[in-house]
Formats: sequence, C-alpha cells, structure tokens
Amino acid sequence: MSESIKAEVVIVGAGPAGLCAATGPVVASRSVVLIDDNPRPGGQIWRAEKGRTEDLAGRMIHKLSEHENFRRMPGTHVFGIDGNSLLCESPGGDVRVEFEKLIIATGARELLLPFPGWTLPNVFGAGGLQALVKGGLDVSGKRIVIAGTGPLLLAVAYYLRSKGANVVLIAEQAPRSRILRFGLGLWRSPLKLVEAVWYSAKLLTTRSVYDSYVVRAEGDERLRSVTVRIGAKTETIECDMLGVGFHLVPNTELAELLGCEIRNGAVVVDEFQRTTVENVWCAGEPTGISGLESSLLEGTIAGSSAMGAPDSGRFLRRNRRIRRIADRMNRCYELREELRRLADNATIVCRCEDATFGEMSKFDGFRAAKLQTRCGMGACRGRICGSASRFLFGWEADSARPPIFPVRVSSLAGED
Amino acid sequence: MKLLIDNEEFNVPAGTTVAAAVMLVDRPSFRRSVSGEPRFPLCGMGICFECRVTIDRVAHQRSCQIEVREGMVIETE
Repeated sequence: MSESIKAEVVIVGAGPAGLCAATGPVVASRSVVLIDDNPRPGGQIWRAEKGRTEDLAGRMIHKLSEHENFRRMPGTHVFGIDGNSLLCESPGGDVRVEFEKLIIATGARELLLPFPGWTLPNVFGAGGLQALVKGGLDVSGKRIVIAGTGPLLLAVAYYLRSKGANVVLIAEQAPRSRILRFGLGLWRSPLKLVEAVWYSAKLLTTRSVYDSYVVRAEGDERLRSVTVRIGAKTETIECDMLGVGFHLVPNTELAELLGCEIRNGAVVVDEFQRTTVENVWCAGEPTGISGLESSLLEGTIAGSSAMGAPDSGRFLRRNRRIRRIADRMNRCYELREELRRLADNATIVCRCEDATFGEMSKFDGFRAAKLQTRCGMGACRGRICGSASRFLFGWEADSARPPIFPVRVSSLAGED
Repeated sequence: MKLLIDNEEFNVPAGTTVAAAVMLVDRPSFRRSVSGEPRFPLCGMGICFECRVTIDRVAHQRSCQIEVREGMVIETE
C-alpha cells in the first residue's frame, strides 16, 4: 500500500446518504474520510450533468471541504478489507483507510435481465442510458425505446426528450391499474403525487404502454429494432437505442464482506442504521430500496449515531413512514412471471464470461453453475448475472469474496 | 479536449466521460466478449465492466467512470 490513513468516521459512497452522513461528524470536528467510486459526488440520482459543477452535491462537497478534518477520495473503489481497514484503489495509487466507525452508503444498481439480443451494442440500462447522456453522449434525433419497470422509466424518458431524443415508446411491465391504485394511495404524500402527475403530463405526447415488455432486440453488431409484447399483441419497433431496467437492487457487497447480516437482498439495520456488525452503519438504498428522501434521512441518522449524538425522533418517525410508502411502491412494480422466460438457451446471462441461459439452467444453484460455467467469475464479480439469477432461477448469490472489485495484481500484493 | 481514439484524433468537450467520447466518434465496439461479440456500455455507472477500454496503455479501464483528459490515448477492441 502506497499510503495509509485513518479517520474516526469513514463513509463509503458520496450519494445523498453518504453526503448527509458526513455532514454531522464533519461539523462536529470529527475526522471524516469520504470514499466514492465516481469521479464526481452525488451518486446516481444527483449525477452531475457534464460541465455543471454548481449542483447540490457539488455545493455540499464544497461546504464539507472547508473543514480541515474532512478528506474526500473520489474515483476510489474499495476492493477488500483487513480488520478495521478498507483496502482501496485510488487514481493516485493504493490507499489503506483505517476506520473507527464505518458508514456504508453504497447505493443501488439497476436490475438488468437477459432477453435475446440484450448484449447488442446500444442496449443499455434505462438509468444507464441517462447516466451516459449526462456524461456527454448525444441522443438528439435518436429513436429510443424505454422499457422495464419502475418510476425511473418516466424520469429517464422525460430527461432524454429534453435532450432532443425521439422517445418512440415507454413500455412498463406492471399493469396500469396497479400503478394507478398506488398513485391514488399517495394522497397523503402530495409532493410525490405532484411529481407523478407532472411527469405524466410532460410525457402526454409520448406513447406509453403498460402490461408490456421487450421480448427481443434485433440487429447485427448494433441494435436495429426491438420486439415488444404489448398486452396480447407483439410489435416490432425500429430504434437506435433501448434503455431497459427493472427497478433497483441494493449494493450490498461491501456490507457482506464485513460480515453484516443480509436479508432479502438488503442490509439489516436497526432504527439508528446500525448493522449487525459493531461500529458499522448502513444508510440509504443498501438497506432496502426506498428512494431519495429516505436516503437523506438515513444518512443523517447514521452520521449522528456514529458520533454518538442523540437523534431527533422526528427523523426516525418520518423515515418509517417513507419506508412504508416505498414498500407499497416496490410491490406495485413486482416483476411478472413472463420475464423469467424471455431468455432462450442461447441467450447469454453472464456477460463477462458469456455463460448462456442453457448452460446455467442445468445447475441447481449459483455456486454449482459458477464452478462449471464460470458465470459470476468475471470482472463485474457477478453483480449483473448474480442479481439476474436470483430472479430467473431463485438462486441466492454466492457470498461476496475479496476482491469485490477487480484490481491490479500489484494492489493485491500490497506493492505499488 | 484533444484525444486519440484508436489512433485517430478527435476533439470532445471537457467533462465528457470516455464512454460518451467513444460513442460520439462511433466505434464498432468498446471491447470484445470472450466469445468475440462486440460490446458497448450497459449500466453507465461502473458496475457491469462492459465499457472497458485501454486508456494511456492501462488496459481494462471503466470508460464510463473516467472523464477525458487532454492528450488521452484510448484504444478499443
């Protein structure tokens, strides 16, 4: 390790939860290190638009950086642990970060499911496509289909349209009646309701269908069209790009590596965001998908709890309420059975090792399939195919093992 | 910013990610899969590793997580 540092509070993830977690301890003059995989702060939801620095995350980082007891490590990923130290690879070399208290705020990723043609260039995650456009990808005049499930689809479609894209279809797999029912249930959360109505109004001229899903993407070497099941009919639509995502999956790898209990794919925490491992807290999406406001609250609660400050019960109560709404929302976007049967035997499930559905389905668990087909052993360490297999086959992903991120051999050897 | 992508010179705005830059100049693929398929970015957030390219001679860099720098040399597969 080229460098060794230590801090009282170490936070992994500079999204809304991580930034809020940092604020209390930094203001209270505790030494705080904030590690983030991304070059810019804000996580996915506050991902900055190319060239814009005056965003909320940027301002928060700027405020925090006025304190000498705060250190930020952008573009840095944690690949392993050693006792109370995180082993990290940063742009400047390897760093060992020792913590007294650790707050995990690693966010969530999109659930991406295999279907024939999903490995073609120009097939992206829905949020993935938005992130690429924020990074400077030009979509003006492009014909784009947005599909999958979840509230993200509308936000992405709206964003792409504002960038000049021709969004030719939004295909939501959930039934419209279920979404309407959930929407009506939001009367006690007027802000959320206003947001939903606002997006729907902005997208009035975009064709939106429910009970619908992409069954196939076609093209050779590049996407040319998608075939979509719309209710009882099947339609082929020419397009330049497809953004398809199936709601979110908590990023729990670091928590798992530390030995924190995971239940139903989420990190188990108490109401102060304490995990089952001493001196380790977890906040935001890794504790269960519940959105921005909950991430802000949980980050703040974790930050206070980690420095031993009492928390106002108001935050705890508000968070409980939001999490109940989130549970209802997650159920509303429950995935339909047909999605388990889209892949055929030749469809690649593990994109790192090109292991197919046919090869993998011969086995009765992820571990066995992994040993024979190498699925989940590639660069992404099973982050994509492990989550997909959980849905497709009902397999529990193998427990996280170091390195949880591919690293240079010199980093593993502790040279550099 | 001036960069070299597969030995060809291009200008892209500062703040652009390498992934966006490679797509702007229309390369056939970022990397080839183990069975030779062309691959493009997928998750856009550094999770899936599909957008790997060689940057300044260092192989397997996640292009969606790195912003362009003046004089950067990028190689796709």
